[in-house]
Amino acid sequence: MTIAIAKPRLLTRIRLRVPLLVAIAIGWLTLMVATAIFADLIRPYEVTRMDLMARLAPIGTPGHWLGTDELGRDVFSRLVQSIRVSLVIAFGATILSAVFGTTLGFLAAQFRGWVENFVMSLADFQAALPFMIMALSVLAFFGTSMVLLVCLMGFYGWERYARIARGLAISASAQGYAAAVVQLGATPRRLYLKHILPNVASTLIVSMTLTFPEIILMESGLSFLGLGVQPPQTSLGNMVGFGREYLTRAPHIMLAPALIIVLTTLSISLLGDWLRDRLDPTVR
Amino acid sequence: MIRFVFLKLARALLTILLVMTFAFVVLRLSGDPAQIMLGPDAPQDAIDAFRARWGFDDPLWRQYLAYLGQILRGDFGVSMRDGSAAIDLVMERVPATLALTVPALVLKLAIGIPAGVYAALHRESIADRGVIMASIFGFTIPSFVLGLVLVLIFSITFDLLPSGGQDTWRHAILPILTMSIGGIGILARFSRSAMIEVLGQPYIRTAMAKGLPWRDVVWRHALPNAAVPIVTLVGFMLGSLIAGAVVVESIFSWPGVGRLIVVSVANRDLAVVQCLLLVIAATMVIANLLVDFTYGLLDPRLRSARPAH
Repeated sequence: MTIAIAKPRLLTRIRLRVPLLVAIAIGWLTLMVATAIFADLIRPYEVTRMDLMARLAPIGTPGHWLGTDELGRDVFSRLVQSIRVSLVIAFGATILSAVFGTTLGFLAAQFRGWVENFVMSLADFQAALPFMIMALSVLAFFGTSMVLLVCLMGFYGWERYARIARGLAISASAQGYAAAVVQLGATPRRLYLKHILPNVASTLIVSMTLTFPEIILMESGLSFLGLGVQPPQTSLGNMVGFGREYLTRAPHIMLAPALIIVLTTLSISLLGDWLRDRLDPTVR
Repeated sequence: MIRFVFLKLARALLTILLVMTFAFVVLRLSGDPAQIMLGPDAPQDAIDAFRARWGFDDPLWRQYLAYLGQILRGDFGVSMRDGSAAIDLVMERVPATLALTVPALVLKLAIGIPAGVYAALHRESIADRGVIMASIFGFTIPSFVLGLVLVLIFSITFDLLPSGGQDTWRHAILPILTMSIGGIGILARFSRSAMIEVLGQPYIRTAMAKGLPWRDVVWRHALPNAAVPIVTLVGFMLGSLIAGAVVVESIFSWPGVGRLIVVSVANRDLAVVQCLLLVIAATMVIANLLVDFTYGLLDPRLRSARPAH
């Protein structure tokens, strides 16, 4: 007599491993990334195309299903373009800040002495100055451009990576594998990139998922204040900022990008929490 | 202990010096101050006179030293807009900002920490899940969205509270709410995980094994140990009392330090921005010092050595 045990189907197996909320979060983020990549194909109108006859059209208007703004520009098209701009800035900045911070942290761990003191003092400095204030003063004196904005946001949170990378590298180099690799004649560069980095990567990736939503919020905050992304270019925060003027008559202009920001940061936080629980029990 | 205090003070001073250098570099790199102050149409002799008067012809290191000297004497320069001392402009805005940030901080502490501790003590219960969800929502909603949604609900739809200005205490309700909700979420989440970690430690098991009442275990063994990481976060919130309201003040047109920052930045009012940078950084550094000394009180082990980063 044989008992047939049905293998769980692929979907069921994935569902067993990934909680429903996290699955929804992943789905939403995939949708956002796809929107950003295919923005040109998705949006029905140019972001700057005005239709002064159809200004402040409400949600559900034929042809403009998310309505139009104060200049008759299609809110849906602008939303799609904004998702692209905000995500590009956030991705670029997260990667810049992770690379920069990790490199400095590794340098501090490798050379110790005054290099370490210097890096840690810079980290103290960064922690002492609220990022928004630093960003505002830099933007004030150098003007706003897309490149400057990405570079500036690339400084967001570097001190956290530097501290984590330094701590992890110091404890890793006390372990057998690092000493063995050094004994075999590996250069410091090889030791850090090929041996230590893969071992500490999970913690760094978790920090990235924690920094990413903060960068989105910071960029949209700056754009909301009118000092981030400048018109005619558009970003999520910039849309909220301009939509604020029409809060009474056409709240959808503000609510649509606001909802996207909240759902996206929420999804990344959920995903980050889940990743952290799975990959790395040491960071809170 | 003396060595500990001395090291901390030296590091704090170094941080302030770095902030001053940052302000100097940004100021000097951003263009010729004479051009900025006098405008693009200024005659050449006026520009020369201005540069000689303010010492812009000197080598850069001498300018830097002169600048440090000025700040040490308490001279932060004058605003380009109306010629009044930058430090006065900043200081007269501080009370308005504190009127928002201090009540918000009290709310954050009074709701965030108890909620987090309660959730940790009742893990996996409905209350715990509720606290987790609420706190995630609390800190992922950006303050400008939250502020505008509150305005939409309370000012526009129900017409209960004013949407901007500073005339009565009722004007402060929405800004304070906007500011505290995110912080409550962060604190609740942080206290919860700090508490959970402490509750898993062997000394808690020991305390329970020797028959201490649960109340004593929580109050005398768990809470003081969980306080160390929480104090770090509270210190950060204390440090942002002055600078933490930039966006919220903008939404509710509240005439505090945050508005001053945005306006001076938009007008490129160098002296005021530089003065703001220093005041804000100094607040943050002082808060960090307080945190470090509180660590020393809470955890005797940290008195001798530098806390690990």
